[in-house]
Amino acid sequence: MIAKLLRSVVDKVKPPFEKGGKLGFLHSTFDAFETFLFVPNTTTRKGAHIRDANDLKRTMIVVVLALVPALLFGMYNIGLQHFRAVGDLAAAGAIWGCFWYGFVRMLPLILVSYIVGLGIEFAFAQKRGHEVNEGFLVSGLLIPMIMPIDMPLWMVALAVAFAVIIGKEVFGGTGMNVFNPALLARAFVFFSYTSFISGDKVWIRGAGKGGEYIDGFSGATPLGQISENAQQALADANIWDWIVGTIPGSIGETSFIAIMIGAVILLWTGTASWRVMGSVFAGGLAMGLLFNAIGGSPLMDMPFWYHPLLGGFAFGAVFMATDPVTAAQTNCGKLIVGFLIGVLTVLIRVVNPGYPEGMMLSILFMNAMAPLIDHIVVGNNIRRRRSDRRRTLR
Amino acid sequence: MSKVIKLRKGLDIHLGGVPTEKLIEACGSDTYGVSPGDFEGVVPKLLVREGDEVKAGSPLFFDKANEEILFTSPVSGRVAEIRRGAKRKLLSVVVATDGKREGVAFKIPNLASASRGDVVGVLLASGLWPMIIQRPYGRIADVATPPKAIFVSGFDSAPCAPDLNFALQGEVENLKKGVEVLKKLTDGKVHLGLRAESLGVLNRVDNAEQHFFKGPHPAGNVGVQISHIDPIRKGDVVWTVDAQNLAIIGRLFTTGKVDMTKVVCISGPQVENPYYLRIIGGAEVKSFVMPSNIKPNEKGDGVRIISGNALSGRQVTPDEFMGFYSNQITVLAEGNYHEIFGWIAPRFGKLSVSHSYFSWLCPKKKYNLDTNLNGGPRAIVVTGLWERYVPMDIYPMYLVKACMAGNIDKMEALGIYEVLPEDLALCDFVDPSKTEVQTAIADGINLMIKELS
Repeated sequence: MIAKLLRSVVDKVKPPFEKGGKLGFLHSTFDAFETFLFVPNTTTRKGAHIRDANDLKRTMIVVVLALVPALLFGMYNIGLQHFRAVGDLAAAGAIWGCFWYGFVRMLPLILVSYIVGLGIEFAFAQKRGHEVNEGFLVSGLLIPMIMPIDMPLWMVALAVAFAVIIGKEVFGGTGMNVFNPALLARAFVFFSYTSFISGDKVWIRGAGKGGEYIDGFSGATPLGQISENAQQALADANIWDWIVGTIPGSIGETSFIAIMIGAVILLWTGTASWRVMGSVFAGGLAMGLLFNAIGGSPLMDMPFWYHPLLGGFAFGAVFMATDPVTAAQTNCGKLIVGFLIGVLTVLIRVVNPGYPEGMMLSILFMNAMAPLIDHIVVGNNIRRRRSDRRRTLR
Repeated sequence: MSKVIKLRKGLDIHLGGVPTEKLIEACGSDTYGVSPGDFEGVVPKLLVREGDEVKAGSPLFFDKANEEILFTSPVSGRVAEIRRGAKRKLLSVVVATDGKREGVAFKIPNLASASRGDVVGVLLASGLWPMIIQRPYGRIADVATPPKAIFVSGFDSAPCAPDLNFALQGEVENLKKGVEVLKKLTDGKVHLGLRAESLGVLNRVDNAEQHFFKGPHPAGNVGVQISHIDPIRKGDVVWTVDAQNLAIIGRLFTTGKVDMTKVVCISGPQVENPYYLRIIGGAEVKSFVMPSNIKPNEKGDGVRIISGNALSGRQVTPDEFMGFYSNQITVLAEGNYHEIFGWIAPRFGKLSVSHSYFSWLCPKKKYNLDTNLNGGPRAIVVTGLWERYVPMDIYPMYLVKACMAGNIDKMEALGIYEVLPEDLALCDFVDPSKTEVQTAIADGINLMIKELS
């Protein structure tokens, strides 16, 4: 009924968009919208005559769904942190009020990210005559979620453009990129506009915008506080807040619980690799244990299992490190890359005095290393084949 | 019983229309055809003209590159048509049968005392030599290069595949004879791969080296079995023979005549009554695939008849002929319809290896899959998925990328010698980016042959 009606409308509108038609230059764009509405009627021409029902649209949508719990909690937390900061405790107690406050502030970030990113993607697909790839549906949501809420919109737009063009399209588009586009956007902001994404003033909406903090309120993230003065911060720490996520931080990263719900969705559907995800946690915990064993400074002595609860560790492990394109592509490589991401993150946090968070840089670094690790893993397979040959020839 | 080789990787696709164990004698086709397209890499040169009288075993054409390899008529009669396509490409030689089933009488040497050359001579003259396939590359075996071993797969694990123990019942003596013939061709062993825990005709073929395999498709693919028994390395040559063709070879050495009779199955979701059928190889498809036995396509338009299985078979029209190597006909509905909001709708009743669908809830359910691509082609994004469906010691994604890049050294290093497209057919099936893996492998193999010859 509705499907048929819609179909007939699409069929009526379609002709000028066909290749060679009047609006043929918009073919990719039209195709993107058509396939959004309908699974195309394409049949197999070569190879296997039957195909799995899963496609990239579905795969990407699963990731988006997995992000939703963290996103919703992030919106709520924007409001909560804001009302706490300005001392309006009554408002901070109202869940829907907090959520609504956060939703209104978050929406522009998401819209800007999608409009700029998808605009560029469409343009490139058009130019290349490809179908539009769904990869940005995920990146476009990830980018605002790993930014501080007070980020100016023009900066988000610039970061998205940088990530999509330099991070992805110059390599040939989704599937060809070396670095995780979302993290590249964050790294771009981090190095270009450092003051907007670090320190203790940016994580809560309202500082300097008619909503000054009340006296004595620190807007720093727990990780920032620990890095400033570990002894004091650890003594004041409320682990339960870290787990639930009612702490300042980037929008999506604060709630361990919400992220774990996403992790369950990703692992259960098989969308993300358990090898990467698990080994990031294993690497982080192992490194934490090692520092515990060495000891010597309050940060080194911090219980090792605090690390996954703090900062962007969990979010990075679940949603960033598991990116199938930029992580290693071999199963063995996935384990190694994941483990090293965890190790490096904790290493940077504990040893580097410059900035408290290590997740972003260690993932980007391991993105660069992943092809090398894969090369070694595949090389083993090749050598095994060669030595087998010597054996049979003898 | 020897050790069972357990394969964990792979996937049994539960396609609707599995043939029931019912064997029907086909009423016989008026015309039979031999199509050069069935034989990879063969450039045919005709030996007959329209109107020529032929017997079963009379040569119809030969391979230009290997003049001794003949392709012969499966029945006696008259050459009715030389079917040609674009640029006069030879599509098939059609023989109208006279119904007498006369065959050329071949002089069969005594196997105990015969030399390799005698046996090869009979196989070449009778046109059964093309049944022997050489690996690497999956081409008709080169007479001059003796293989290190010969492999026969005793079961077919593909979707809706025929049960070879059922199809070959009563053929045990022919199979044994066939094995004796193969033994003459190699200094190595003749290996027979069997499904663990099955007992049938093929288990009684005890003059071959038996191996037992357990696990999902592609466990029945001879390429997978080779890689677990004695993998192919650079410089190695092994041969493979299909089990039904092995029986035909055995029959030739027993009776002295070419008798291409075999049991095939008609299966697939669009078949009303899937069953087994005894036909003569090369029979015209429409003579045994009855329109009355095919269900109408409800969602889309038209059906697709495939000679072979749904993963790596070849589409045929009713006017074409049963493939030389294929033992089944699969009929699928064409999936040329639109489905609304496929990316988000729950889509119950769709088969997927991903848990984003619900088919994992009922693993035994049979699915009536159609030919819809279920998406659009994309760059390869999801990694680590293909590996789960290739039970061999290779990295399929790296091999496929090497093939796509045309990098000969990489292809060789990554194992192109060990695979044929059919061994990676499941990658075609599962890939969410709809990458044409089998096509890439086939192109890679063609490139290898071109560059290294």
